[in-house]
Amino acid sequence: MKELLEVLAKALVDRPEDVMVAQVETEKSVHLQLVVAPEDMGKVIGKQGKIANAIRTIVKAAAVKDGRRVHVDIDQ
Amino acid sequence: MKVVERTGKSVEEAISKALEEIGVERERAQIEILEEPSKKGPFGLLGTTLAKVRVSYEDDPGALACEFIEKVCQTMGVNAVCHVTKREPHWHVDITGPELGILIGRRGDTLDALQYLTNLAVGKQLSERVKIIVDVEGYRQRREETLIRLAKRLSEKVKRTGNRVVLEPMNPHERRIIHTALQDEYKISTFSEGEEPNRRVVISLKRSRDIS
Repeated sequence: MKELLEVLAKALVDRPEDVMVAQVETEKSVHLQLVVAPEDMGKVIGKQGKIANAIRTIVKAAAVKDGRRVHVDIDQ
Repeated sequence: MKVVERTGKSVEEAISKALEEIGVERERAQIEILEEPSKKGPFGLLGTTLAKVRVSYEDDPGALACEFIEKVCQTMGVNAVCHVTKREPHWHVDITGPELGILIGRRGDTLDALQYLTNLAVGKQLSERVKIIVDVEGYRQRREETLIRLAKRLSEKVKRTGNRVVLEPMNPHERRIIHTALQDEYKISTFSEGEEPNRRVVISLKRSRDIS
């Protein structure tokens, strides 16, 4: 899941080398925190969060396969 | 399309510099030699002339889309193979493989998200704008046929009963399929109401004075 979020984010930003994902796991859920360069924030959030929601939708689909809940946060 | 011009002591050297610059393998690039190297300088004066080449590379949106989608599927742990076809003016990428329901999601939510991100990821690498339609095992085609059948059936019901029918919320593309399917029904009018993401198509009888 962490790797998936990295792949998605790196494909969207101008500075893929600045993409980082932190992961906090519990038994039933996973919290992912995506960090990108400040100038790339718009590229992973989008107008009214459209891109962020698309990213969440795909990561959630992957989580369904694992039978876990996943939560994606985006930070600078 | 990307174009780079580079010089070097030999033609080979200039080519490899240019290829490295645009980050493309030799087989996918077009190479033009602008100047052969020679011991003579410009205008036959002393010195040397460097080799000069122009390397250009035609972007292939289909290949870029496949690369992105297959990488995403792989990290999701889904076995998937992409097939690309160009149907003017769009590119179609159909994904096939076992257990792909996960890629479609509820009413195509996941598929729409994947298509959206694919367009962004590919568009970023291209100079021109292209639209890529991403499909899983012909899901969109089947969904379109289902929606058209639904529209026809409901329009018959509206004609019979005179009551309007409100459909479930749909995305703009699906609503458009319904409107288009019924545009030639002269007794029926269709319109949408509500706000995204809960915008719904309404099928109703045209008021009699609207029918001329």
